[in-house]
Amino acid sequence: MSEKVLLVDDEVDFLDTLSERMRTRGMEVATSSSGAEALKKVEQESFDVIILDLMMPGTDGLETLKILKEKKPDLQVILLTGQATVEKGIEAMKLGAMDFLEKPADLSQLTEKIKKAQAKKMLLVEKHTEEKIKKLLEEKGW
Amino acid sequence: MTAQWEIIAREGFQFFGKMSASISHEIKNALAIINENAGLLEDFMLLAEKGRPIDPLRLKSLAGQVMKQVKRADELVKRMNRFAHSADEPSKNIDLGETLELITSIAQRLASRREARVELVMPEQAVTLITNSFLLEDLIWLCLDFFLSAGHKAVRLLPESTEDGIRIRLAVPEVWPISASEAFPSGREKAIMEALQVDLRMDPGAGEIILSFRKDH
Repeated sequence: MSEKVLLVDDEVDFLDTLSERMRTRGMEVATSSSGAEALKKVEQESFDVIILDLMMPGTDGLETLKILKEKKPDLQVILLTGQATVEKGIEAMKLGAMDFLEKPADLSQLTEKIKKAQAKKMLLVEKHTEEKIKKLLEEKGW
Repeated sequence: MTAQWEIIAREGFQFFGKMSASISHEIKNALAIINENAGLLEDFMLLAEKGRPIDPLRLKSLAGQVMKQVKRADELVKRMNRFAHSADEPSKNIDLGETLELITSIAQRLASRREARVELVMPEQAVTLITNSFLLEDLIWLCLDFFLSAGHKAVRLLPESTEDGIRIRLAVPEVWPISASEAFPSGREKAIMEALQVDLRMDPGAGEIILSFRKDH
């Protein structure tokens, strides 16, 4: 099953090229050029993983990550930044990011992480489904 | 070292670090785009080896993108270099418009993150003066930061040579409450102002900060 990815970055030239490369590798890719736009898209469509730039005008990467995890806790987020510091990395992980990569990123490395993110999300969705079924069975007394 | 110069040194290091980090981050973004375009070119070559034809127009577009980002990165490095060299001498003859153009271009990225814009209105004739360009850039940044932190989205810099001397007006379209000016200028701004022999006047009603160089400039 192909991975469904949302790429979020204010550098449109970067978005266009990276998304094209990801599509040739069989991924379904949507793009957003701002945190606010990404938050709207996530409400409308389901994604396995978000690749999120840290430094963006308006709602920046960390703020977007925080809101994303509140709205969609199972969604996996990988932060991409041109300014990777230990402090930002720790902050991102505390807010629930799955991983933190520095630009320019190696696409094969990023692809591996996307596959892992999809697998992790599927596990979480399965777990929640099982919990719902269990609760339903208990309520019905079956 | 006197207390004043301790403040200036500490503030100067922080200013230098902040500006350098901003420029280097933008260079990284340009490199990331070059990297992706190179990767896409590699992808096309792999597909070509498997028999898929290459579109020459697409290759031309990729080449154009790479050149655009190389030019962007080059401009950024030049800017970083000019900024670094502004700390070379404690006092030199400068073109005020050029110095403000440098700090405006560096500050613009930081302003953009707050969805704001900084605009320099160049004087009709060149305004020159003898001063410490690094400290002046620092003071301008601190004034810009005051406005940006207060939520203003458009700041204009207007360097002027008047009968009373040389001054720089920083103007915003909105007035701000007098209470917002109570903490500004603080000790660090005052230390730099004293070193530069500059007076700072806040005019909340007109939406301006006016920096005036004392006579002998």
